[in-house]
Amino acid sequence: MPLRRWSAAAAPLAGSPGTKQIVVARENWRARAQEIAAAGGRLMALWASGPAATGRPAPRTLYAAFVLPPGLLVLTMPDDLAHDEYPGIEEVFPHASRMQRALFDVSGWRSSDPDVRPWLRHAAWPADFHPLIHETAPTAAEEPRPDDYAFVRVEGEGVHEIAVGPVHAGIIEPGHFRFSVVGEKVLKLEERLGYAHKGVERRFTELPILEGHRLAARLCGDSTVTYAWAYCQALEGLAGTPIPARAAWLRALALELERAANHLGDLGALGNDAGFAFGLSQFSLLKEQLLRATHAAFGQRYLLDFVVPGGTRADLAPEGARALSDCAGHLAQQTRVLRGIYDEHAGLRDRFAGAGMVTPALAARLGLTGLVGRASGQAHDLRSDAPWAPYDELAPGKAGATEGDVAARVAVRFDELFESCRLIGRIVRDLPGGTHLAAGLPTPPEGALGIGLIEGWRGPVMIALEAGASGSIRRCHPHDPSWQNWPVLEHAIIGNIVPDFPLINKSFNLAYSGHDL
Amino acid sequence: MWKTLRQIARTGIVTQPPPTGDGSLRLREALQADIREILGRALCIRVVDSGSCNGCELEIQALNNPVYNLEGLGIRFVASPRHADLLLVTGPVARNMDVALRRTWDAMPDPKLVLATGDCAATGGIFGETYATRGRLASVIPVDIVVPGCPPAPERILAGILAAIRASHAHPRSR
Ligand code: SF4
Repeated sequence: MPLRRWSAAAAPLAGSPGTKQIVVARENWRARAQEIAAAGGRLMALWASGPAATGRPAPRTLYAAFVLPPGLLVLTMPDDLAHDEYPGIEEVFPHASRMQRALFDVSGWRSSDPDVRPWLRHAAWPADFHPLIHETAPTAAEEPRPDDYAFVRVEGEGVHEIAVGPVHAGIIEPGHFRFSVVGEKVLKLEERLGYAHKGVERRFTELPILEGHRLAARLCGDSTVTYAWAYCQALEGLAGTPIPARAAWLRALALELERAANHLGDLGALGNDAGFAFGLSQFSLLKEQLLRATHAAFGQRYLLDFVVPGGTRADLAPEGARALSDCAGHLAQQTRVLRGIYDEHAGLRDRFAGAGMVTPALAARLGLTGLVGRASGQAHDLRSDAPWAPYDELAPGKAGATEGDVAARVAVRFDELFESCRLIGRIVRDLPGGTHLAAGLPTPPEGALGIGLIEGWRGPVMIALEAGASGSIRRCHPHDPSWQNWPVLEHAIIGNIVPDFPLINKSFNLAYSGHDL
Repeated sequence: MWKTLRQIARTGIVTQPPPTGDGSLRLREALQADIREILGRALCIRVVDSGSCNGCELEIQALNNPVYNLEGLGIRFVASPRHADLLLVTGPVARNMDVALRRTWDAMPDPKLVLATGDCAATGGIFGETYATRGRLASVIPVDIVVPGCPPAPERILAGILAAIRASHAHPRSR
């Protein structure tokens, strides 16, 4: 059946504007995914719900969210109770594979995917414990055991393996990389993630739904505003309470401050990884100035718990507004100078150009998303494609490139940084009056599902929130764009030399904690 | 090159006491003097992220920016635990990081100074002690100093490092 016909029956879901849901029978699951792919739709997230760890048992349900302009389409498949496995869609969307493996680890529901290696579970708890369906957690009395993960080996003359991590030389998050190399050249990279797994999906079910934003804010520290906004968007949708206009603008201000801070940090680190320490000292100084201006405006350097249900924790006073707009002007001016220096620096040009290439065709096939996707011709940015308030009014420009190398990722960061500086100035100038916090959010109805979807600095972050009885959380599934992009990094490094990996990895700058759940 | 030099000249020397919190300048001086006196060489720090949200890492990275200028104080982040005087740990000790954390600690020479950085390492934070996390760092390895905060500001981490050096000098642990 053509997509247009069956998807017409989809019903609106609470939360992110334009999100719809449709129930699909098991035998149609894969075909529907194929039709969505054929229509240019992209897989956003995959998760299962029920029976909840702490709630009443209910038949389990499988969900898959797809970006299908103008909004998100959520396919829902109730378990038919006749099969142990559900049909995998990894052949349609390759990045579904890790999501299906993770889904089994936490929810105990296996897909037909032949790769049945655990993903989030290492050796720290038994294979038959699934934290979202088993109430009683195993007592971890035994000594911790190292994980013996079955890496895929590359055979051949002169091929050897290099293993890095999970603890790294620099101050970065934990993850393991296994390179197969000949000489210095990389034949294959295999990632092993999950080291930062903190059991957050189970933890959510222990929190009141009006408190869940605090955990959302701590899923991925560099994207705290993004996650908290996505959570609150879902929650406010479920409660049927729109937020005041001033609150939406203040959240956008916080989101652009977050984007600018991360881009500044990355631009400095990328210069440094290419042997230009001057870039790091300059950009890290600008970042520090931005954090101090943020502190002057809101009393925090990083805006954890700034986004709260109903609005924002703090308002913006005139002195804070001045600090932020002065800082944004200063950043834009300084960054212009630094961009000139980066562009003219022969050493940087040399290291950036052609490194870690992902062609637009490969990017489209593998579902590359967010900032890195935009550097490989995937011109998607929810802020302009499916704008939520106040981005419908702000109408941000969309950055993009098609070269797909480190140089393109640097260029997109520069362009987005300028745009964020402009948006910060504009928001501070045109901030609507009124309150920044709506009083008293009603408790959402039990069983309702809401979706939050926010384009953070790294890419689109989604939160699926299912309300439980009397103000509890039945299920909360956060999704980071790194799920899409980590597998692509394995392709980007092929044919490059090992010493270029830190630079290429930095140009992706993907989340560990946000991904590891 | 000319542009780069001009930008360096314009930026000038920015290492300075932060506007927030007094005593930052004194803190820097005290830290520098203590490192010189107690160690007689650079202080080497090994960082282990035991499953943090990455927020604490951002503030640790900030210590290397020109304002906090950690290197200028004689403090270096090192790539191997074998050369480390101090282990700086963030996160609520994800059980998947348990083995790597203990191995790092085992590989350090005595006396092993340990700084639990951030609310997660201090108490388990919002993640607590679960099937996936062990909670406070002190339940896994001995901790000398705790720096609370979510995330702690760079100057608080600096103060924690200073306190750890002093504590080790006042009560050297023998193992
Ligand atoms: S203390 Fe806060 S900032 Fe640090 S890792 Fe924990 S949640 Fe993140």
